[in-house]
Formats: sequence, C-alpha cells, structure tokens
Amino acid sequence: MTGKLLSESSEWTFDLILDYNREIARIAEGFGLDTYPNQIEIITSEQMMDAYSSIGMPVGYRHWSFGKHFLNVEQRYKRGQMGLAYEIVINSNPCIAYLMEENTMMMQALVLAHAAYGHNSFFKNNYLFRTWTSADAIIDYMIFAKNYIADCEQRHGEENVELFLDSCHALMNYGVDRYKRPPRLSANEERNRQREREEFLQSQINHLWRTIPTREKDKQAHKEQRFPAEPQENILYFIEKNAPLLEPWQREIVRIVRKIAQYFYPQRQTQVMNEGWATFWHYTILNRLYDEGLVHDGFMIEFLQTHTNVISQPGFDNPHYSGINPYYLGYSMMTDIRRICEAPDDEDRHWFPEIAGSDWKETLNFAMRNFKDESFIAQFLSPRLIREMKLFAVVDDDRRRKLEVSAIHDEGGYRRVRKALAEQYNLGSNEPDIQVYNVNMRGDRSLTLRHHQHNRKPLHKNVNEMLKHLARLWGFTVRLETVDKDGHVLNTHECQLN
Amino acid sequence: MVQVIDRRLNGKNKSAVNRQRFIRRFKNQIRKAVRESIDERSITEIDNGEQINIPARDISEPVFKHGKGGLRESVHPGNKEFVAGDKIRRPTGAAGRGGKASNSGEGEDDFVFTLSREEFLNFFFDDLALPDLVKTQLATNVETRKVRAGYTRDGVPTNINVVRSMKSALARRIALRGPHQRNLRDVEEALEDARRRGDQARIAELEEEALRLRKRIAAIPFIDTFDLRYNNRTDIPRPTAQAVMFCIMDVSGSMDETRKDIAKRFFILLYLFLTREYERIDVVYIRHHTTAKEVDEDEFFHSRETGGTVVSSALRLMHEIIVERYPTNDWNIYAAQASDGDNWGDDSPRCRALLIEKILPLLQYFAYVEIMPDEHQRLWHEYQKVREAFANFAVRRIDGLTDIYPVFRKLFQKKTA
Repeated sequence: MTGKLLSESSEWTFDLILDYNREIARIAEGFGLDTYPNQIEIITSEQMMDAYSSIGMPVGYRHWSFGKHFLNVEQRYKRGQMGLAYEIVINSNPCIAYLMEENTMMMQALVLAHAAYGHNSFFKNNYLFRTWTSADAIIDYMIFAKNYIADCEQRHGEENVELFLDSCHALMNYGVDRYKRPPRLSANEERNRQREREEFLQSQINHLWRTIPTREKDKQAHKEQRFPAEPQENILYFIEKNAPLLEPWQREIVRIVRKIAQYFYPQRQTQVMNEGWATFWHYTILNRLYDEGLVHDGFMIEFLQTHTNVISQPGFDNPHYSGINPYYLGYSMMTDIRRICEAPDDEDRHWFPEIAGSDWKETLNFAMRNFKDESFIAQFLSPRLIREMKLFAVVDDDRRRKLEVSAIHDEGGYRRVRKALAEQYNLGSNEPDIQVYNVNMRGDRSLTLRHHQHNRKPLHKNVNEMLKHLARLWGFTVRLETVDKDGHVLNTHECQLN
Repeated sequence: MVQVIDRRLNGKNKSAVNRQRFIRRFKNQIRKAVRESIDERSITEIDNGEQINIPARDISEPVFKHGKGGLRESVHPGNKEFVAGDKIRRPTGAAGRGGKASNSGEGEDDFVFTLSREEFLNFFFDDLALPDLVKTQLATNVETRKVRAGYTRDGVPTNINVVRSMKSALARRIALRGPHQRNLRDVEEALEDARRRGDQARIAELEEEALRLRKRIAAIPFIDTFDLRYNNRTDIPRPTAQAVMFCIMDVSGSMDETRKDIAKRFFILLYLFLTREYERIDVVYIRHHTTAKEVDEDEFFHSRETGGTVVSSALRLMHEIIVERYPTNDWNIYAAQASDGDNWGDDSPRCRALLIEKILPLLQYFAYVEIMPDEHQRLWHEYQKVREAFANFAVRRIDGLTDIYPVFRKLFQKKTA
C-alpha cells in the first residue's frame, strides 16, 4: 500500500481515464500482454444500443434485421430486463473499445482492463484470429460494404437488395471456410479489384454453362463426373462462383456477407476462451492496482460486486439457468490453470504433468494462443473444476423414454464430462453438416446439397424455408438430401422455383 | 499507445434507418398487431402504451439448424443428487432445463418492441381522415392569410398600383425619348443657324427633319403594358392549430354505467384523433338531463342524476359557449354527442332547428351516437333529417363495446373521391 490513489470519487474524467489507462497498461505489460494500440471511444447509452445492433461494428450496411435487433435491445433495455453490455470491443487495429458515459470510474477501469487489454491481446494473438481476420482492414472493408450495398440499392432498388440479403444472411453460417486459409487483401485493393472481378467472374460462369455441343467422348466423361468434384462446405462461396443467373452485383453482395461471416467465425469459436481471458485479466489487473495502493477499498468492493455478477453461474435447476455462462467457465478455467501452475497438488500432477509447476504466465499465454473453445476445454478442464461446478452429463436419446445421466463429477466421469462439454462447443457438430454435393450440369441445372446426419439429429422444420432462400440464390431447383453415416439417403427436401 | 475519443456528440440515431426498414417491411403484421392491441386494451391507455407484439415466427431469420430428436449429450452445472446411470423424466415444455439447452433458442415467443406514439397512431389512423371540411383542410391544417409582399409585373387589374406604374412609365418615356430629344436639339440649333443665314433649302430640309423627330417623340406611348406594376400578396400560413371539442352526454336515469362507458370511449377516440391534428385542444363537457350544465371531466363521467331529458338545453348551452369563448375564425369546433335516444317528445324538432340554423354552420363536425337504444325515438328521426341537410353531421348507432371502433372508423372514413 504505497502508491497514491488515482482518484477518490466515482466520477470519471478524460484525464482520469488516461491516468488509469497508463497504470493498467503498465501492469498489463508487466504480465506480458501483447496488444494492438488502443482507441478508446466514449459513447452514450443510445450509441451503445446502436453499436449493439450493428453487430458491434462502427459502420455497417443497412438492413431491416439490424433494425429488428435494435428494437429488441431497446425494448429490453428500457424495460430493465437487460443491462447494456459494459463494453464492446472491436477486433481491429487499432483496437476500438467503447466506454459508456454512464459508467463510474471503476467501471471504466474495469472495461479498460477487460476490453482494451484482455480482449485486445486475445484478438492479436489467438491463432484463429491471426489466421482468419485482418484487423488492419476490417473497418475499411465495412465502409466498402456499406457504400457498395447502398449503391446497389440505388441502382437495383431497395427491395431487391433487401430480399437478396435476406437469403445471404440465412446462409451466413455456411459462408465460411473452415480449413482453407483466406488470402490477405487490403480494403483498397478490394475496391479496385472488385470491378475486375465482376467481369472475370461473369466470363467464367458463361464458360461453365456453355451450351456448345461437346464431342461424344467428353459427354461420356461428364456423365461420371460430379460437379463440384469434391463436396464443398462453403455454400456461399460456391454460389458466388457458380450460380448461373446471378448478376455481378449480386455476386459481390454474396461475397460481402461471406467475408463478414468469415470475420466473425473465430469469435463464435472462442467465446469461452475470449471472455474467460478478458475476465481473468480484468480481475488480475484491478487487484494489482489495489495491491499497489492506487485504488481504495470502495473501488474494490464496487468492482467485486460487478465481477461477481459477471461470472455468476446458476445451477441447472435454477429458474434463471440458461446454459453455461461462458464468462464463468472461461474465467474459472484460466484461474484454475494459474493455480495448477503455482500450487499443483497430486491430482494436478497426474492429470497435467506438463504444466503443473510451470510458469503460469507462459502457460496461459500458450493456451490463449493455440486453442479454441472445444480444444481448450478438452485440454485444460481439470477434475477439480468439474467438481467445483458439479458438472454432469445427460444423454438425451429420442428412442428412450427417459434421459440418462451418463457421467457426473466423480473419478469415473471426469473424462466423459470433459469430452461432452468440449463437444458442446464444437461448432461443427452444433450446426448441421451441409455441403454442396452436385449440380446437374447437363439437365435442369438443379443443385443438390447433402446433410450428413450426426447422431440421428434431424433438421429443424424451417428447412423448407431455408431451401427457398437457397433457390433464390441459385436460380434453379435446389434439393437437400439427408444421408446417414453409411451414405444412404434418408430423405430429400426439394424446392422448385415456380 | 492510446487514443481517447469523445464520440458522444456523434449523433445517436445510427439505427434509425434500420429501424424504419424493419417497420416498413413488417407493416402488415404491425398494423394487425396495432388493431389487436386496440381491441384488447382500454382506450385510455392508447395514448401511452405502444408496445407491439408480433409473432416471432413471422419475422424470424431462418438458419440451418437441428430440430428436436436424435441422440445428444449435454453438460450442466449444479448437480445435487444425480449419479451416473440415473434416469430422469424428460422435462416437458420448459426450455433451458434438463437436456434441452441446445434447443432453448427456438421458442415461439412474440417479438416485442415499442412503437413511438406517433408511429402507433399513424398505424391506428392509417386509413382514416376527417371528413370534408368546410373551412379548414385538416390534412394539412393550414389556414393562410394574405400579406403584402412588394410588387410584381403581372397580376389582375384590380391590383394595379397606379403610382408605381406611372413611375415606371415616366422612366421609360424619358429613357426612350433621350436620343430623339438630343437629335431634335441639334436640328433646332442647325435650323436657327440656317435661318440666320437665310438658306431656304436647308431650312425646309431641317424643318422637315424636326417635324419627323417630334413625331417620333410623340409616338412614344404614355403608358405601356411593360410599365404596369401590381401589388403583390402572398399567402402565409396562419396556424389555426387549436380545436375545441364539445362532449355532450345525456346523464338522465336511463344512461347506465355501461352506456356511459361506451360514450366515454367514443369521446376518447375522438379526442385522440383530434390530438393528432391540433396542437391545442380544449374539451368542453356538457351534461344534461332537463337542464344542461358545463362540468369538468370527472363529474361528467361519474356523477349521476335522474330526471327527464331535454336535449335542446345542451345544444343551446353549447351555442352560447361557442359564441362567448370560441370565435370560429380562431377555433375548429367539433362536437360529439352521446345519448340513449331518449328525449322529451316536443323537444326533438327544436333540436333539429337549433342544429340547422345555429350550430352546424359554426362546426367542423358533429357526431351523434345513440348507445343501445331500445328503439329509435323521435330524436333519431329528426337527426336523420339534419344529416340529409348537412354533410358534416353524422349519426350512428352503437350496440356494444365492440362496435365503437367500427363506428369510429365509419365516422371518419376517407371519402373516396
């Protein structure tokens, strides 16, 4: 308790924010956090709602669905059913963090530590973000997208563009490359090359759908061959490149939606880790501020109350239960890893021989850089934490009348619980596995997709509606076959265009 | 490195466009929801409750996802008594419990949001408009008056400004005369000169020239259309943004609570409609049995008296109030009368005469509703005669709570051209 208090009252000022930021930055650096430069923006709660409903981006194209989101947020906020997020942070370089003007100084400090140093360092270092997103270019790209779509609305009518976007949005989750690494493009190049691409693409399509007769031998070969030769998981990409009837501007819109989906893909895969990491660091950094005597007891009590709310985890039988709180799970795991490094017991040595007793900063850093939720849980969820959370796994088999508890927090159940929990965060099995299978090139040009069924899980009944969207994009009949793991077609949905 | 930026002044309505698009896109659903909400809630709440529910399925954005069924394993916290192998009854309905966590997102709850009061009433009044009006076009609600605004070059003869016109005629004459005048002066000097010298040929020539120039000068018109100036007047809108609404109700014994309730709702709807059109609205409550009395709102709806009914007393009182306090050039006057149809027999023709001769010429609109009459009595028939004579007079019959809205719509329905 040697330092001088940074502030006494709970009011914030711009100078104070800079003071706190200086101290937090110093501490974060001491812990080895590697971050993008920060851009801190002070906004009002209305602006926060705006930011909220435009998927957090400071700019975005116009679409009714964002309006719907906005109305929803506004309604719930005004009725007091929901507090606004204390922070929104954007994976960009510089990293943009929003502070709400209503916040107290404590909250501003918390958000700084959480967003401007926690999330920021995660964005900069996690392998998924490094591979898939280009923080330098995203804001520029969003501006490009906004202008392009506004331009399309001018040229082709708001309604046309809106309906087309609806269809693209419906398939957004199927517009990501899960394995192929995207080339990095700066947004300026993007704009310049966009027109070239339009022309080039169109010529390619025309070639693909050429109707000039081919020689007999070729025909024979075609019969055997499917198009695409390999199934394709990125449906929007496939449509952008191959849909026969799309106009160039429509292809560009498909591309925009796909690019944005790809940008957010890592966030969907690292929710637990990302929030856990940020929460762990705001907790650690603010405690350090306190230890150094820079903040007073009142500050800490206010902080602890907020922190406790953030990481609260009601049990499964609590009426407020709505699944596992990613903040809680992530934070607990991060804290647990630190404990395993600093004070391992025999159990930890047995389960985590390679990290027990190691330097916790390095270990956490390693975990943050190289995992996503699924693998992070599979790797680091300790028996001790399973016991603390009293986790249990339940099997729901629609062929049985009752649910069965398959494993609980005991010696025999740790691995099964851990595996089941990791699987719960596997996007690959949460979303139906649907891929482009074949196009009838010589006949009616119909598109066939295949849904590979996993654990007999059926598709939601909105599948026909989805096929309508697909058919709108493809322009011809679209078919969806559900196949079991042996490759037998179980059932087929079809949507014909008029 | 850090940069702190104050964005608070950047404007907060970034979502306004998207919000509007949402409302435009789901116009039909919203209109339906507005109608339903009017049916359900009491009308007094209409003015502030604009919460709208739309079935979520109507506006859902579908994605490929799993439906119920199949085999799935999920993990939950907070185990108390389970051990491996326990069988649990499948929870029904309640989402988010037991093994249904992954399905909890697909509830069919309504999508709830708030329309602003303006938006709500716009939907509410969507295809309604006040009937043709004698004096004021309510759609725009602008009464103009003429003010002088300088002069123009064209207009109607009555507006010619003589002084201005003469001035410009004079200026024109001087301007056009100038060169000829100068030439004439030269010619006359030369003529003088020639006379002194006695050069007859030259004199004749110059005299002819002078004569020609004088003719030219004389030919310049005294006044030309080009000179005319007219007084200019422009219209500037005069806000007549105020209205007075007379609520007239029979409070004799035969008007029971149900009838009063219906009457109240009817008045409120009219009031609401007027609030949309006028900035300021006075409401005058007149209750009557055998005599009429101006009262406040509370007394109007809540106290009860017995006795006979003389409708003309209320009409007479209304006329007095209009003359006294609401000059028609400043006020738009509306009246709504609710009654069960009872009236003292000889009074009804008097009512008709009063309306036709004195009251209706002053009014924008007069709406009469007869609430749950046992049978139409003389007042009704007399009023029918009035209706034939005046377009701004309406008579309807209401038989129950549910009739109010249709009646209201009917009263103010857009006149198809």
